[in-house]
Amino acid sequence: MSEHTQLELLEIQEPGPWRETWYNLKKNRGAMTGLGIIIFFILLALFAPLVAPQDPLDQLIEARKIPPMTDGYILGTDDLGRDMLSRLIYGARISMVIGIVSVGISLFFGLIIGVVSAYYGGILDKIVMRVIDIMLAFPYILLTIVIVSILGPSLTNAMIAIGISQVPKYARLVRASVLAEKENDYVIAERALGASNLELMFRTILPNCLSATIVQTTLGVGEAILSSAGLSFLGLGAQPPTPEWGLMIASSKEFITNAWWIVTLPGIAILLAVLGFNLFGDGLRDILDPKMRS
Amino acid sequence: MLKHILKRLGLLIPTLFGVVTLVFFMIALAPGDPARVMLGERANAAQIEQIRQELGLDKPLIQQYGLYLSRVVRLDLGESITSGQKIKDEISERFPATIELAIWAMLFASIVGIILGVTSARKRNSWVDYTTMGGALVGVSMPVFWLGLVLIMIFSVWLDLLPTGGRMNVRYYFEPITNFYIIDGMILWITEGTPKYLVSAFQHLILPTIALGTIPLAIIARTTRSSMLEVLQQDYIKTARSAGIRERRVVYRYALRNALLPVVTVIGLQFGLLLSGAILTETVFSWPGIGKWIYVAIGARDYPAVQGGIIFISTFFVLINLVVDILYSVINPRIRMQ
Amino acid sequence: MKDTTKNTNKVLLSMEHLNFSFNIQRGVVKAVRDLSLTIREGETLTLVGESGCGKSVTAHAINQLNPMPPGEVVSGSINFKGRDLLTLPMHEIEALRGTQISMIFQEPMTALNPVFTIGSQIADVFMTHQKISKQEGLKRAVHLLDLVKIPSPETRVHSYPHQLSGGMRQRAMIAMALASPEPGLMIADEPTTALDVTIQAQILDLLNDLKSKVNMSILLITHDMGVVAEMADRVAVMYAGRKVEEADVFSIFEEPRHPYTLGLLNSLPSNQKYKGARRLEAIDGTVPDLLTIGEGCPFCNRCTFALPICSKEFPGETVITEEHSVWCHNHKAVEEIIAK
Repeated sequence: MSEHTQLELLEIQEPGPWRETWYNLKKNRGAMTGLGIIIFFILLALFAPLVAPQDPLDQLIEARKIPPMTDGYILGTDDLGRDMLSRLIYGARISMVIGIVSVGISLFFGLIIGVVSAYYGGILDKIVMRVIDIMLAFPYILLTIVIVSILGPSLTNAMIAIGISQVPKYARLVRASVLAEKENDYVIAERALGASNLELMFRTILPNCLSATIVQTTLGVGEAILSSAGLSFLGLGAQPPTPEWGLMIASSKEFITNAWWIVTLPGIAILLAVLGFNLFGDGLRDILDPKMRS
Repeated sequence: MLKHILKRLGLLIPTLFGVVTLVFFMIALAPGDPARVMLGERANAAQIEQIRQELGLDKPLIQQYGLYLSRVVRLDLGESITSGQKIKDEISERFPATIELAIWAMLFASIVGIILGVTSARKRNSWVDYTTMGGALVGVSMPVFWLGLVLIMIFSVWLDLLPTGGRMNVRYYFEPITNFYIIDGMILWITEGTPKYLVSAFQHLILPTIALGTIPLAIIARTTRSSMLEVLQQDYIKTARSAGIRERRVVYRYALRNALLPVVTVIGLQFGLLLSGAILTETVFSWPGIGKWIYVAIGARDYPAVQGGIIFISTFFVLINLVVDILYSVINPRIRMQ
Repeated sequence: MKDTTKNTNKVLLSMEHLNFSFNIQRGVVKAVRDLSLTIREGETLTLVGESGCGKSVTAHAINQLNPMPPGEVVSGSINFKGRDLLTLPMHEIEALRGTQISMIFQEPMTALNPVFTIGSQIADVFMTHQKISKQEGLKRAVHLLDLVKIPSPETRVHSYPHQLSGGMRQRAMIAMALASPEPGLMIADEPTTALDVTIQAQILDLLNDLKSKVNMSILLITHDMGVVAEMADRVAVMYAGRKVEEADVFSIFEEPRHPYTLGLLNSLPSNQKYKGARRLEAIDGTVPDLLTIGEGCPFCNRCTFALPICSKEFPGETVITEEHSVWCHNHKAVEEIIAK
């Protein structure tokens, strides 16, 4: 009650939205850990050829299934004698690209559909919402699987499928925040000053609706990495001998009896990468979501 | 209340219509000719043409769509190209396996998830809270199929405690009655006097249940916690405390009842997602359910089967959402009384 | 205004030098400082002040509803019927709540649990403190709803909060607070603030009526001098965590000695007495930040009577009459203004 207003008053002393976000972020240990993990994987991805001790595709028949920390193989070798560490490092490259590209696809179409639909409203909005509802009526994983099986199994198609199947989610999110924003006085003022529809939509309204979308985007990258691993596991994503983490798990299924590291390590890599995005996304949500603020 | 349900039912039909339409056109536009898939690569043009006529593939797309729609309305999903059996029968044969696993996974996830969520909220910022929420975050970040494999590796290979896959010890002569093996096991215990079927069914369920239930568990625990934290700050909790209601009762009756409202929605949503997540778990655990069946159908390019399977699961998903919505209004007096 | 017979009844509750703080990330919020209050049996004490002045924290310190942590009792004691509440174990506090110390809240819209009927909520209080059945509890709930003048209580007992109007909900809240077998102290935290003016009067009448019927004391928290006039036997005026004036209700209205009290009275539209002298006015400035507050008088930055010393130290008590004390360096100046 009254004391709470006191406490809240103390919290609100804004030094500008970005600076404030960063300031709060720095105090959020989870978010900073997440950011650290993300940066680590991005660096791995960028400098894979420099960091990886070997070529991830090099097979060495006499060096098959060598356990970790043996004969100079830090993480051992797989069933074809390929260096696990190098494969995992190159895997980071693939997973980061998948995450960013597929979320990019969802975001691009989601933003346009969401903004336009909310801005113009009326019959257009009704139709768009109906279609989105139907798409959301599909379980998301199934939708992805259907799209890939139509396009044909490949890493590129997996990215496209993941991207498309998530468009409705983003569109709905953006639409909701634009609807909440578009009747505000500053929008009406801009309109009165003669701003065009395009300017109003993307220059005036959109920047003010981004916080929920930013959170969703961060979490979305993690989700996309998980989905692509799942698709590859089912044989619908990356194809051998690509060092994709999900595929590495899939092709190691039969070695759980005698070579635990071949199964375990790629899973831990996925877990860590996704965890990074989830930690960071959660932290961002705590900071950006006004509902969570109090 | 009744009006609300009717309104939701009214929305159901266009949604299902949309689902069928979307699936039909997506599959129809897919590359590859079902007739060729049926006959194999060496079939000649005349044979293929004949099959195309039989399947109605020579007709214009719109006409095919009309035909398909009229069949789906009569609950006829056609026949599988690979097995030649009715898709409806194939699904009803496998669906109990999927639903049995999903129910157990969901029970596991809901019970453990709610308990953990409430405990975390009560002991906010304690080590219990940190461990649970950290664990939950790891839980949602894990690939299900990998978790399944690791569980098999630990409990089946290393410790040799539990079976690696399937639903029942293959050496038992076993004729399914209801196709829900736990129930069948209980029936057989009574009729045959041995609990071995029940025990075996139970053993086979443990690992898939944990693997499939982990993600929903993590999500339910997180939702329960945040919802509980919000509710515990409400005025009516203060009122209850100020009236001397014991803390336990305040938490488990006054707060939890309110905090569960959003959790119910999440549970329903997760249950729907579980069915589709089953495609991965069932593959890992050789679980003879609908997920594995669709997976095989995709591999064989058995389009009618894929079409039918997806329409079935989506319909089920939509129905579950409807049930959850109704359930929500039942436990929320604000909506119920309208 | 009610007549103030000099109350010589037994002391029910005495709060001695309470200091209550909240330890938040940015520092320590001294929400209540050196506060002493006395409530006698059958008496209504009102605690007056702007929002954020520590009224609710004070009230919640009594039945220990402040969240702890971050809340912390720095020092002081609260004696209730001979026991120090601040040293009692939690289960004894729980046993007192709802039996001897009950509470009604400001927001009838949110203070009742939305998923239970009001009958079952009231019955639950009975069942917590006495071994009775649910049926018996509901029967007593009907009786209480009747007592607080809710029409057709037999059907209303099965209503959910959202089916009642704001005024009805507040009555239901009061009924719940009355579910105590041994009436002692009722804490009413802004019980009428969220209600329409006409309903407000009805609720205040009800409280006055009940007070005589069940022999309870009321600690009434409000920012509304109109409510004070309607209800109070004695008044304590609080500002930024400190008590600045305390008196019987007549003295407060007739002879305020603190500039802040004067300000509160001036902002009361129906107050004829001061209308001639000044226009209806708000007090300039804002409440100081309780995080950075110093040792001086917290009101000095808004006070038209402020002296240089005011910002340096908080004044000691000046006893004006037996029932009337003020904490102000320059109370003489206020006295002169009133005399004019």
